[in-house]
Amino acid sequence: MIKFSEEKLNKVQEIINRYPQGKQKSALIPLLHLAQEEYGWLSAETMDYVAGLLQIEPIEVYEVATFYSMFNLKPVGKFMFEVCQTGPCMVSGSDNIIDYIKQRLGIGVGETTPDGLFTLKTVECLGACGYAPMMQLGKHYREHLTKDKVDQIIEECRKNAGLLN
Amino acid sequence: MGVKLLLDKAKVEGIRQYDVYRREGGYRSVEKALKTMSPDAVTEEVKKSGLRGRGGAGFPTGMKWSFLAKPEGVPRHLVCNADESEPGTFKDRFLMEFLPHLLIEGLIVASYALGSNATYIYIRGEYAWITDILEHAIGEAKANGWLGNNILGTGFNCEIYVQRGAGAYICGEETALIESLEGKRGNPRIKPPFPAVKGVWDRPTVVNNVETLAAVVPIINMGGEEYAKIGVGKSTGTKLISACGNINKPGVYEIDMTIPVEEFIYSDEYCGGIANGKRLKACIPGGSSVPILPANLLLKTAKGETRYMNYESLSDGGFATGSMMGSGGFIVLDEDQCVVKNTYTLARFYRHESCGQCSPCREGTGWMEKILKAIESGKGKMSDIDLLWDIQRKIEGNTICPLGDAAAWPVAAAIRHFRDEFEWHVNNPQECLTRNYGLAHYADPIYTPA
Ligand SMILES: Cc1cc2nc3c(=O)[nH]c(=O)nc-3n(C[C@H](O)[C@H](O)[C@H](O)COP(=O)(O)O)c2cc1C
Ligand code: SF4
Ligand code: FES
Repeated sequence: MIKFSEEKLNKVQEIINRYPQGKQKSALIPLLHLAQEEYGWLSAETMDYVAGLLQIEPIEVYEVATFYSMFNLKPVGKFMFEVCQTGPCMVSGSDNIIDYIKQRLGIGVGETTPDGLFTLKTVECLGACGYAPMMQLGKHYREHLTKDKVDQIIEECRKNAGLLN
Repeated sequence: MGVKLLLDKAKVEGIRQYDVYRREGGYRSVEKALKTMSPDAVTEEVKKSGLRGRGGAGFPTGMKWSFLAKPEGVPRHLVCNADESEPGTFKDRFLMEFLPHLLIEGLIVASYALGSNATYIYIRGEYAWITDILEHAIGEAKANGWLGNNILGTGFNCEIYVQRGAGAYICGEETALIESLEGKRGNPRIKPPFPAVKGVWDRPTVVNNVETLAAVVPIINMGGEEYAKIGVGKSTGTKLISACGNINKPGVYEIDMTIPVEEFIYSDEYCGGIANGKRLKACIPGGSSVPILPANLLLKTAKGETRYMNYESLSDGGFATGSMMGSGGFIVLDEDQCVVKNTYTLARFYRHESCGQCSPCREGTGWMEKILKAIESGKGKMSDIDLLWDIQRKIEGNTICPLGDAAAWPVAAAIRHFRDEFEWHVNNPQECLTRNYGLAHYADPIYTPA
């Protein structure tokens, strides 16, 4: 059963209050972020739950969830490497980094390692072009990537996974 | 050292915190505006300053504010565009990350001028940690009486909320942004009606870029006329440039718009020259959507005059031999870079980001990506180059929003200035797989700083 904690529900109410009366649909994207933080991805059940919170039709939620690239519509690994591949990053060597991650993790773009730890995704410009090559990992950016840095990040994730479990 | 109006305090220890920011003279413009000026007088100062929108289009900000409809009893809104997704652009991020209170200060003054009691910052979803920084700063501002009800006892009420997007370049376009803020897909609206009349929740709305709104602070502090004295012609004030690519010192720089492009690239105060001792080949001076220029047309105009870092000079020569200031995303390519490959990654970007409402944009961006990919990987035909030209021409001007143009222009400029490189790919299908080929478009001899 999908249900937000009391604390999350208070947050939901606080978000809805930011908009004029009757315009609670504006809270949809923020709520989908909340849901994704909680469950890692957006299942149909989760989206229906969000629709209920906002008193809108489920289809209105699906429409939005499928439009924005940050919403995961299927389960992803515990750590998602989202590596930028757009022009400015490309001229700074993002291709090599992507190849190296593929090789290190033994997966292709869009795939998840069998242990469920890592997903590799390529993304378009994240606004870090001057600190390229880069990737997003959770809430933060990892910039000026080198092979050594990638190794360190993988190591760090493995360690954190142990702590999380 | 040029004039610094926005980033002068960026390096002050702890400037992100309210106390430090205030001690350094922060929030003076709010005091001045709310206590001594009428809302219209604030707009008047902004008009006098000559400030042009820093989001890309360069529309005069004061004029935009004066177009805001003010029907009796209908709330109005200011929305800050912090979607910043144009490849090459990362200046707003820098400003929000290091000087969050500067943006908030500007937002309060602008909200007062426009009569917005609920102001929204729409920030790209990936800037999650910056959202935290902003929310923290808003909390501090509120705790110190700069937000909330009856600010400074003037009867003006204002709240600022941060709204995260979720990964969609198109939501930087103001009407798509408004749709997104309403909890919908980011499909641009047909204009008119313009947001100034019917924006978010059908209420009159002004959408302005982060940098634009931050610039309101120095304008109010020093007065519009003084601000207008900085810069040249219709390029008044200072501009943030985010520089990236093959340069020694990528980063965000505040420039007054009187410096030559050559100085910007080669001086140690700014980009510090081309990395690894290579030669400059080409540059996209205003974010991925603006035309790419080969080195010779970048440093000098077609007439042989020095090209400067400002709106007029960068666009001198139109699209035939010039480019645009755009968002200030300055992307430098060295002699080893492949223009075909670079154009391909940008075409892929626009295909990925097209909202799909208009057929020329939806279909055209896909076609361009496919053809460029083929040429890039040695599978192209000579006729593909003309086909590409034809497709971009059919997109431009035939779509609801300017994303179609933004996708067409880079392709057009690449073919216009680097056709030989496209042909080289077609003629050398094997060789182009193993090396980036820089045909001789580079600046040679290498510039030596005086
Ligand atoms: C496809 C597209 C993307 C845009 N992205 C942004 C953006 O990320 N940030 C921004 O400030 N303006 C962006 N704009 C421009 C906005 O539509 C709008 O003109 C701008 O926010 C107005 O602010 P200004 O007058 O302060 O520049 C974009 C426009 C288009 C067509
Ligand atoms: S031009 Fe492209 S992005 Fe803009 S509305 Fe049309 S399809 Fe959407
Ligand atoms: S191109 Fe990679 S962050 Fe901009």
